[in-house]
Amino acid sequence: MSDMEYPLVYASWETRAYWEGCGRGEIVLQRCRSCQTVQHKPRAICATCLSSEIDHFVASGRATIYTFTVTHQNQALPFRDHCPYVMAYVTLEEGPRLFTNIVGAEPSTVRIGMAVVADFAPQVRTDGEVFAVPRFRPE
Amino acid sequence: MTISGNIAIAGVFEHPTRWAPDKTEFQIMAESARGALADAGLTIKDVDGLFAASMTMGAMGTVELAEYLNLKPNYVDGTNIGGSSFVAHVNHAAAAIHAGLCEVALILYGSTSASTATAIGTGGYGGGGRNPSEAWTGPYGMTTVGSYALVAQLHMNKYGTKPEQLAEIAVTMRAHAALNPNAKMRQLITVDDVMESRVISEPLHLLDCCIISDGGGAVVVTSAARARDLPKKPVLLLGCGEALAHQEIGSPDLFTLAAKQSSTRAFSMAGVSRDDIDFAMIYDSFTITVLATLENLGFCALGEGGAFVSDGRIRLGGALPVNPDGGGLSNNHPGMRGIFLVIEAVKQLRGECGDRQVTGAKLALAHGTGGTIGVAHSGATIILGSE
Repeated sequence: MSDMEYPLVYASWETRAYWEGCGRGEIVLQRCRSCQTVQHKPRAICATCLSSEIDHFVASGRATIYTFTVTHQNQALPFRDHCPYVMAYVTLEEGPRLFTNIVGAEPSTVRIGMAVVADFAPQVRTDGEVFAVPRFRPE
Repeated sequence: MTISGNIAIAGVFEHPTRWAPDKTEFQIMAESARGALADAGLTIKDVDGLFAASMTMGAMGTVELAEYLNLKPNYVDGTNIGGSSFVAHVNHAAAAIHAGLCEVALILYGSTSASTATAIGTGGYGGGGRNPSEAWTGPYGMTTVGSYALVAQLHMNKYGTKPEQLAEIAVTMRAHAALNPNAKMRQLITVDDVMESRVISEPLHLLDCCIISDGGGAVVVTSAARARDLPKKPVLLLGCGEALAHQEIGSPDLFTLAAKQSSTRAFSMAGVSRDDIDFAMIYDSFTITVLATLENLGFCALGEGGAFVSDGRIRLGGALPVNPDGGGLSNNHPGMRGIFLVIEAVKQLRGECGDRQVTGAKLALAHGTGGTIGVAHSGATIILGSE
């Protein structure tokens, strides 16, 4: 799975700061300027206080595995050719959980609570933009 | 006057087909409507409220369905929150009837998931979704099975739940299906059979997953007053509730299902306790769905689901029989199973279930789950009672 060509994600004006951060090798999170709440997934409004004043900041990229599953069957390409692969929720140091793949480890060695760091897979584009998909690997 | 006790389910019909390559979704719905209206002692001319959802109906789906049935209803609801939709439709129909917006509500579902080779559990998200919401799971190869497996893995890690305990749920559903002449899978299985079936997404095996069938059904809802003039004994809606659960602002708690919120409301409305419930219809997309839902419905504490489903407690004859029809794990699962939870609950409360009849069934709970509990889902609960 480490060498997999990931499907191009849909990015919008609301989410481009996150995906551009991934292109630089950074996990970018949102914090509300009004109520200070950190939120993920990114959106154009604070889902806690409905303020539109949203700041972005770079997270450490360090996380622990909240839960995971090793998937042995997915008929859809490109995943069909990369089974078994590991899907997981990781809890970032800054609080939010995000859904991802665990790479750089034998699936049978992955454990809940394992310390992981972000690992970025560039996506092929033809317009000069740099996007990447954040996966996580053991620290 | 409250909704509780004043709305009734007057007619139900579960389409007997499990494989219908020669039928359309609307045809299955229409044939089911014919069955449920006959069951209720009503005709299509009595219907003035239309409620429907399916795997393929789009924004104009209920309008197209109304044309197919040549219906001009006074009230229409195409709410689609996944497999729980039809349980939610009962709630919505009750509200509409109670408010005087319609009198006879027809709830429909039809699907050809099996004969159109729909890979519901393991075909998802390929190529990356182009909708904004799919950007967060699409690139990672999320599947329906995988989403539920995330919860199962966490449950085992935190509470020591054993795969054999999950397997017991599949074994129970198969034992019930063996008593249901219409069930798709009727050959008995053992815990070992489940454990030895291939792993789809760890820790869930093939036999931890629901089957895929064709099928459909219909439910007729009306006022209790009107139902009392109809041939069948009315089944009363005593409590209802619905809820949504999702990833919030990046803080999903995978142990807290929508069922917790929806059932709290339903029990409060019905004024009954968990101990009063004679049997439960629980959406069993996967074995973990049943275990986690039982905990969230309050039949046992969080973390105790593994012990709860052991020792025959959820089998016919046990303290809380679950899915006496065999459920989605063995009877039928044409994509969105919620309507069958309602249909079987009603038939059981009327005492029409033959070999699989829950003895003395007077009070039932049905809970539908839609979507996937590892990503985002809906829940709808109803509590039904015979008069």
